Amino acid sequence: MNGAAILERLRARLGASVVETHDQHGDHTAVIERTALPAALGLCRDDSDLGFDVLMDLTAVDYQKYPGREDGPRFEVVYHLYSLRWNHRVRIKARVDEDDAVVPTAVPLWPIADWLEREVWDMFGVRFEGHPDLRRLLMYEEFVGHPLRKDYPINRRQPLIGPQI
Amino acid sequence: MGVGSFFTSRLDEAIGWARKYSIFQYPFVTACCGMEYMATACSHYDVDRFGAGLPRFSPRQADVLFVVGTISHKMAPVLKRIYEQMTEPKWVVAFGVCTCTGGFYDNYATVQGIDTIIPVDVYIPGCPPRPESVIDGLMKLQDKIAVGAQRY
Repeated sequence: MNGAAILERLRARLGASVVETHDQHGDHTAVIERTALPAALGLCRDDSDLGFDVLMDLTAVDYQKYPGREDGPRFEVVYHLYSLRWNHRVRIKARVDEDDAVVPTAVPLWPIADWLEREVWDMFGVRFEGHPDLRRLLMYEEFVGHPLRKDYPINRRQPLIGPQI
Repeated sequence: MGVGSFFTSRLDEAIGWARKYSIFQYPFVTACCGMEYMATACSHYDVDRFGAGLPRFSPRQADVLFVVGTISHKMAPVLKRIYEQMTEPKWVVAFGVCTCTGGFYDNYATVQGIDTIIPVDVYIPGCPPRPESVIDGLMKLQDKIAVGAQRY
């Protein structure tokens, strides 16, 4: 399937849960309602024509102060999917607000999501509902805040030992 | 100068000479500088010419700590413990600009110079340093070992 056909399939099966779709430089993206994420990701994995058996990456974007998106939901959680069988790709996004930054987990679908979701929690503070063990992955337990958030002060340091700067 | 001080200064010199040619290093390799460390340690540049050819992979058997690569705040307590496990006399070489100052990693994760945690004897800048710079740093360390007061 080409990218346009993949997006068409998602729109046909998921209906109004697909907020928007677009194609940027040949990378096809579908923005999905957060509540419909498990269904949408499950469809991507299990539909035999889609066959997205690999979760290539799971990350997030902080759109705070982003030109043109100041009023919208602050975070976007991004799933990059790849099908080994069909050699095609798609990108799934879900938008979440800052005060309710929770997304359903993808661990039951792709076990690799375990550490990827822990990283997103660590860096952006987006929680994953149903994750088996949502702890920080990269930073230490004593670390306060989420360093890749745009409002994390660029000069803020939290050393474990040595001078407190 | 009395006979006693003449004797100890000559003994210091002899011990310093011996120590500077028997450097047992502990390479604490965390990042890309490790490649340059390996190039330096292998036969082409050959640190064995300076008596530093036998790395010890236990800090308790080493007397020079080579900190090779970026040190994150999460790694800092580990580095300090490694340093504390080394027996006296001991020296520390900061290998590469990340260990010297944090380098271009001026961010939330990186220690801005390992001298904020442990004392450093020789700084080798570079990203990564050429093997020639490493050998230059090693020779400076040898000079420092040779002229310093020897404790024994």
